[in-house]
Amino acid sequence: MNSLRKFVDKIKPQFEKGGKFEKLQSTFEAFETFLFVPNTVTTKGAHIRDANDMKRTMIMVVLALVPSLLFGMWNIGLQHFHATGQEGGTILELFWIGFKAVFPIIVVSYVTGLAIEFAFAQIRGHEVNEGFLVSGILIPLVLPVDIPLWMVALATAFAVVIGKEVFGGTGMNVFNPALTARAFLFFAYPSYMTGNAVWTHGMSAGEGIIDSYTGATPLAEAAAGNIDNLPSVAEMFFGTIPGSIGETSTLAVLIGAALLLFTGIGSARIMISTFIGGLVMGLLLNIFAVNPFMEIPAWEHLMLGGFAFGAVFMATDPVSAAQTPKGKIIYGFLIGFLAILIRVINPAYPEGVMLAILLMNVFAPLIDHYVVQANMKKRMKRAKVSA
Amino acid sequence: MNKEKEPLFSAKNLKLLREPLNDSNPITVQVLGICSALAITVQLKPAIVMALSVAFVMAVANVVISLLRKSIPPRIRIIVQLVVIASLVILVDQILKAFLFEISKQLSVFVGLIITNCIIMGRLEAFALANKPWPSFLDGLGNAAGYGVILIIVAFFRELLGSGTILDYQVIPQGVYNFGYENNGLMILPPMALIVVGIIIWIQRSRNKKLIESN
Repeated sequence: MNSLRKFVDKIKPQFEKGGKFEKLQSTFEAFETFLFVPNTVTTKGAHIRDANDMKRTMIMVVLALVPSLLFGMWNIGLQHFHATGQEGGTILELFWIGFKAVFPIIVVSYVTGLAIEFAFAQIRGHEVNEGFLVSGILIPLVLPVDIPLWMVALATAFAVVIGKEVFGGTGMNVFNPALTARAFLFFAYPSYMTGNAVWTHGMSAGEGIIDSYTGATPLAEAAAGNIDNLPSVAEMFFGTIPGSIGETSTLAVLIGAALLLFTGIGSARIMISTFIGGLVMGLLLNIFAVNPFMEIPAWEHLMLGGFAFGAVFMATDPVSAAQTPKGKIIYGFLIGFLAILIRVINPAYPEGVMLAILLMNVFAPLIDHYVVQANMKKRMKRAKVSA
Repeated sequence: MNKEKEPLFSAKNLKLLREPLNDSNPITVQVLGICSALAITVQLKPAIVMALSVAFVMAVANVVISLLRKSIPPRIRIIVQLVVIASLVILVDQILKAFLFEISKQLSVFVGLIITNCIIMGRLEAFALANKPWPSFLDGLGNAAGYGVILIIVAFFRELLGSGTILDYQVIPQGVYNFGYENNGLMILPPMALIVVGIIIWIQRSRNKKLIESN
């Protein structure tokens, strides 16, 4: 560590004003603060004293995503074995299949996204923002495993430029960048994002796939009305089902959620109210059920598809979510409510969670506005009474 | 009354033609006529036909209103403008139906909706009512060109990336598709037109310093 610090200090003058690489200052700064906690001290104005800065926060979220990622890799191997009719396979064997499939996607997502972030920071003379550390891992986790790599790169570029940089970069974006990338792919290349063949590694290539394996996700089965084909509750909870890379295991998502809540990074209000919203809509649908999909027990909806993943990692994005405590509850509730509504009522969009979160991203500032206005009104009233 | 006759293409008149192309472009600067720019730019051919139709309506309506400008009572001027535009649009619609039936079907209601194109009404109100026929004609042409240019740029990219064709002619070779390339389905959907227009505005503003607002 000491020699690294010395090396950084040695090359530092070259990046400062007047140095050889003056233009690359923000790039250097990004790497320096990535390696070491910066020793700049705020002296003026009101500020919060906290050892946690944005880089540390982002790393915690990445850590919270690791269970989903590791489980997803193993599950890809498992589904691949199911599809090709192979038996057994050690954990490592299965994991290796998944790792080989997922690792390139992660690399492409990070390289594209960070390259654009650094380029924009350089042009604008900003510091490089850390936001993409999380988006870069979230994007692969919400994609199907056999997505072509150039599509990942294109979607990442779209999400970073159109979803984030045009609004002014990290912290200014209206939409969650990872979901912007997914929505882009969903509408641009639907044949790679929907259907039964895309969720299992090697299935769209069609080699050695046994006939009895359909690859349909539980949501697709439910939307088609084949409720009997739904996997057992345990399978859905542990996540040994086809689906996007990181979304299948509710258990892994919950481990991540526990970490986020323990460190105080994720908003408990949003998570809980999202689940409640989903539950309420599920119960409503149960009451007015006219088809088998509407009859699915409300609590099972919470484990289907990307609901848990979206509620824990996407809805709680601190930038695009509502900011006021009351607003967070309304925001989360409506996400859950709409997600189940879209999922069940519109069979063309089985993954309603993505659309519900993006829609509520747009409404988050409006919700905040009315919460603040209501509070002001309340206080004005109180002032009049006492006067 | 000893006024000197202005040459046909004086600097002032040329400015009428040139300004709408960049500094006061009806779509990217005034943000008018967005509706049709989103709706008919999936393919290049309808976009070109639309641009020409709007150019015809706008130039002729400008001249007619400019000729009538002294006899139109101000209180009913809007309805007079609408009558002029509507007659011209019906003319265009009938011609398209007679000679370009396929494209007329693709454009569907948007030919009729030229009547409500705010650029046309805007130019009649802002320019033709207060100017002589010749400058009004140039102003109409200039604004139609500014509108048409954006329409054609948007349609070019949407058709190229969304369908791999230009004017229905396949330009992206089959070999690229065999390599794994896919047409971008989002390009065909209207939201992407909005994003493409947004990108054009972005590029234009970063190049044209006059358009950068100070804050």
